[in-house]
Amino acid sequence: MTISRRTLLGSAAAAAALFQAPRAFAAGDPIVISSIYDLSGGLDVYGKPVGDMMEFAVAEQNAKGGLLGREIILKSYDAQSNNQLYAQYAKQTALSDKPAAVFAGITSSSREVVRPIFKKTNTLYFYTTQYEGGVCDRNHFSTGVTPAQTVQKLVNHSVKTAGKKVYIVAADYNYGQITSDWVKKFTLDNGGEVLDVEFFPLDVTDFGSSISKIQAANPDFVYSALVGGAHMSFYRQWKAAGMLGKIPLSSTTFAGGNEHIALPPEEYNGHLVCQNYLQELPSERNQQFVAAFHKKFGEDYPYITELSMGAYQAFLLWAAAVEQAGTIDRMPVIEALETGISVDAPSGKVTVDPATHHTIVDVHVAEARDRKLNLIEKFEQQPPADTAAVCDLIKNPDDNQQYVIEL
Amino acid sequence: MSSTYKLLILGAVIVATYFVPSIIEVFAVLNFTVYIIMGMLALSLAFVWGMGGIMVLGQSAFFGLGAYAYAIGALNFGAGWEAVAVSIIVPAIFAALLGYFMFYGRISDIYVGVITLAVTLILFNLINSTSGPQYKIGSARIGGYNGITSIPTLDWPNGSMIDINGMFYLSVGLLIAVYLMVKFYLTTKYGKVTIAIRENEHRAELLGYNVSLNKLITFSIGGAIAGLAGCMFANWGAFVSPTLFSLVQSAQIIIWVIVGGRGTLVGPILGCIAIQWMVTQLGTQQTVNVSFVLGILLTIFVLLVPAGLAPLIAGTIRKAFGRVTKKGSALAKEPNS
Amino acid sequence: MDFGLIIAIEILGSIAILVLISIGLAVVFGMMKVINMAHGEFIMLGGYVTIYGTNVAGLNIWFCILVLAPLVVGLIGILLEWLVVRHLYGRMIDTMLATWGISLAIVGLMTMLVGNTTTGISTPLPSVQVGSFSTSGHSFFLIALAVVIIVGLAALFKLTTFGLMARATTQNADMVAKLGGNPRRIYALTFGLGAALAGLGGAALAPVTGVIPTIGVSYIAKAFITVISGGGTVIAGNIAASTLFGTISQAFTYWYTPIIGEVALLVSAVILIRILPKGITGRFFKKAI
Repeated sequence: MTISRRTLLGSAAAAAALFQAPRAFAAGDPIVISSIYDLSGGLDVYGKPVGDMMEFAVAEQNAKGGLLGREIILKSYDAQSNNQLYAQYAKQTALSDKPAAVFAGITSSSREVVRPIFKKTNTLYFYTTQYEGGVCDRNHFSTGVTPAQTVQKLVNHSVKTAGKKVYIVAADYNYGQITSDWVKKFTLDNGGEVLDVEFFPLDVTDFGSSISKIQAANPDFVYSALVGGAHMSFYRQWKAAGMLGKIPLSSTTFAGGNEHIALPPEEYNGHLVCQNYLQELPSERNQQFVAAFHKKFGEDYPYITELSMGAYQAFLLWAAAVEQAGTIDRMPVIEALETGISVDAPSGKVTVDPATHHTIVDVHVAEARDRKLNLIEKFEQQPPADTAAVCDLIKNPDDNQQYVIEL
Repeated sequence: MSSTYKLLILGAVIVATYFVPSIIEVFAVLNFTVYIIMGMLALSLAFVWGMGGIMVLGQSAFFGLGAYAYAIGALNFGAGWEAVAVSIIVPAIFAALLGYFMFYGRISDIYVGVITLAVTLILFNLINSTSGPQYKIGSARIGGYNGITSIPTLDWPNGSMIDINGMFYLSVGLLIAVYLMVKFYLTTKYGKVTIAIRENEHRAELLGYNVSLNKLITFSIGGAIAGLAGCMFANWGAFVSPTLFSLVQSAQIIIWVIVGGRGTLVGPILGCIAIQWMVTQLGTQQTVNVSFVLGILLTIFVLLVPAGLAPLIAGTIRKAFGRVTKKGSALAKEPNS
Repeated sequence: MDFGLIIAIEILGSIAILVLISIGLAVVFGMMKVINMAHGEFIMLGGYVTIYGTNVAGLNIWFCILVLAPLVVGLIGILLEWLVVRHLYGRMIDTMLATWGISLAIVGLMTMLVGNTTTGISTPLPSVQVGSFSTSGHSFFLIALAVVIIVGLAALFKLTTFGLMARATTQNADMVAKLGGNPRRIYALTFGLGAALAGLGGAALAPVTGVIPTIGVSYIAKAFITVISGGGTVIAGNIAASTLFGTISQAFTYWYTPIIGEVALLVSAVILIRILPKGITGRFFKKAI
C-alpha cells in the first residue's frame, strides 16, 4: 500500500480541444466530473483504454458546446491497480472536487470500495465495467453487461458446439467467484457438468500445474474468467503446452484487456468471447464513431475495448439525463435516468432499466482471430435479467446491497 | 533535557493540532490524519528496532493484523472499544508467539529479519486467497483480494460520530499517548534492560538478565502499537485489504526509521510524516516515480547519514544556539535515551 | 502413470526455477556475506533485456537469454558494487538496507522508462508429448539450464584461478591481499557474477511469466529464503534448499492452489530456520562448496 497520490489535474483533452478551436461556452461555470481508473499497474490493460475513452467523450461533448452551455472538466485519477488508492481518491474527489458525477472502478472489488463512499457523500456514481451483477443501489448506475446478458449466451453456445463438460478457471476475487457460480448455473441449465473450478489470485503468473490438471480432467471446453496482466500468461502457457486447438476455450474476460492485441494471434486463435461491443460492428453509427476515435488517437490505436465502450455509454446516458433534467443536481439527474432514458450508442441502442439501474443492450458472441473479434451470433436488446430477479429500486428505493447468486 | 521544555513543546504540538483543521482543506486533513497514523506505525518499529535492537523486516504483519482484527471485530460485535481491544491484543499475542518461537530458539539478527519477512508474506498470501464465501470469521467475510469494505467506524464515548476533524484529533492524541507510554516504559527496569540488550546482548545475559524474555516483551509491545495503528487505519478508510501486509509496506516503515534516525523515537515519527508528505507532493506529477525517489533516499541515508536526520538536526541546532536549545529542542533527544 | 510423470517434471521444473532465481544471490551471500535485496530487480532486468533484445532489436532469442542478458545485468551489478556495496562491507544489515534502496530505485526507474505494464514474449520451443499429456517444452529448457549453471559454477570455483582466489578471499581476505591478490577486485567480480546469474535466470523465465517492473518483489523473498535456509555453502546449500522447497511448494500447488504452495514454502522455511539457524549446510554437507 502506498499513500502516494497521482493526480492528473484537469483534462489534457478538454484543454486541447479548447486550444484548437477557441469556443465560447454559453453560460456558467464549468461542470466537473471525475474518473478513477487503473491507468497503471497490473490492471492498466483495462484501465488505460477507459481513461482514453473518458477523454474522448468529454472532448466530443465540449466540441458540441458542452452541456447546458457549460464546459465539462474531467478530473482523472490513477488508482494504480491499488484498492487502497481507490478509497483515498474517492474521498478526495467527493470532498474537494465535488463532481457532478463520478465514473470509477475496473474490478468489482474497487467498485465495492468506492460505492459506499459515494453513497455517503451523495455523489452520483457510474460503474462502467462488465461484472457479476446484482448491485442494487439508487445512487449507482451500471452500464456494463452482467452474466445473464453474456455468460448465459456464451455457455449456451459453447455447450452446443463443444460439449457438456466444462472446467472453470477464474480470478480469485468477487468477480471470479460469482461469475463462476453463474457459469455453473448456466451449465447445469443446459444439462452439462462442471468438472472443477480453480481460482487464481491476480498476481499468479505460473499456470503449469493447472494446465496439467485440466488435461487430467479432460473437459469439453474451458471457461476462463481470468483477469489482468499477470493472468495473460495463462493463454501463453496454454499454447506453449500445446493445448490450443485441442480443448476449446470460452471467456467473457478475454479481449476485455486487449489480450487479442497483446498476444500474437497464434497463441489464441479460436477463443470464443461474448461482449456488448465489438470494434468490428458494421453499423453506420459504429463506423463513424471508430473513425472519430481514430482521428483523435491515431489509426494504430490497439482496439476500442468493451470496457471503454461501457464508459462511453455511461457518459452519453449521463449527458442525456442532464439535458433532460436541465440541471446537474444529483436527484433530478437520477430521476431523469430513471425515466428509462436511452441513447443510440456504437454498440446499438442502450436503455437504462429503471428498476435495476442497469442497462438493456445488444450482445454479441464472437471468435478471436488475428487481432479481430469476428461476430458469430447477435442477441438484441438483452435485459439485465439476473439483477432484475432480485432488485427493484422502484419499489425499494432505499435498497443498498449486492445480491449474489444462490446455487 | 529539562522537563519544562518538553512540556512546553508538547503543549505547542497540542495547540497547533487544535488549529490545523481550520487552516487546511478537508482532504488535506484526511491526508494528515493518515500521516499521523503511519507515524504510530513508525514509532512501533523505532521502539523494536531502534531501542530493542531487533531488526524486523516485516513489521507490516502486525499493522495488517491489527487492521483486520478491528474490521472483523467491528463487524461481529459493533464498532466499540471491544473491537479496538481485539485489534491490539491479537497482534500482541501473535507477536508473543512468534517471539517465543524465535527468541527462545536463540535466533537473532538477520534470521529474525528473514522470519518476520516470511511471516508477513505468508499472511499476505493467505488473506489474499480468501475471497470465497466459505472464509468467514463470525459474520465477517474476510474477502481475500477484495478486502473488507464498509467497516463500521468508532464513535465518541458519548455516542456522537467521529467526523474527519475528530479522527485527526483522535490520531494525534493517541500518538502522543503511545509515545509517552513508550518513553515511560524505557525508564522502568525492563526498559533499561531492553537498551542494555541492544548495546550488548551477550553482556546483558552474563549479568543475569533474561534476554529472551525481554526481547519477547519488546517485540510484543511493538506488535501491539503497530496493531493500534492498524486499527486507526481501518477506521480512517473504513476499508482494509491484503496490501497492508505487502513487502512494499514493510519497506516504507524501514525507510521512515532509517531517515528519521534509528535509536530515537521522535525521529522516525517525523521522518514518516515528512516522507509521506513528500510522497503526496511527488504523486501530483508524472515525471519522477515515487519509488525511485524513496529508493535513492534510502540508499543515500544508509551510505552517508546512517544515524538519520534526528541526531543531525539536533546537532545542528545545538551548534547554532548553544546551551539554551540544547536543553529545549524536541529533536535533541539523546540517541540513547 | 502419465500423470505421475507430468508431476515429476513439474516438480523438477519448480526446483529448477528456485535454483535459477536464487543461485546468484547464493553466490554473493556465500562468498561475500552480502545480502543483495536488489537481486529481484536484476532478475527483472534480465527479462527486459531479453524482451527488448528480441522484440525491438530483432536479435535471436537464445542469444539474448544466454549471452546478452547475463552480460548487461552483470555489468550493472559491477557498477552498483563500485557505487554502493563496496562502501559497506562487513555491515551486513546496512548492505541489505542500501541494496533494498537500490531495488526500489530500479523499480521506479524501469516504471518511468517502460511503464507499469506486463510485457511478454513467447517461447520458441514446441510443446512436448508425455503419454496422453502435453506440456511446455520450456520447462525442459529451464531444468537443463539449472543443471548447466550448477555444474558450471562448481567447475568455476574448483578448477579456475578466479575460483581459487574467490574461495580464499571468503576465508581470509587479508591473507589474499598480503599474498598479492586483490580482494576488492574479487569482490567486484563475484558481485558481478551474482548479478549475471540473476540476469540469466530472469531471461530464461521471461517467456513463462512475462515481465513487469515490480516482478522482482515476487522473486526476492523466495530467493532470499532459499539462500538463508541453504546456509553458507553456495552450491550444496542451494541445491538442498531448492530441492526441499521446490518439492514442497509444487506438491501443495497440486493438492491445493499455487498460493497454498507458496505458503507451504514459506512456512517450511520458517520452521527450518528455527531448527537449523545456520541453514542446511550449517549442519550437513559442510565440506561442500
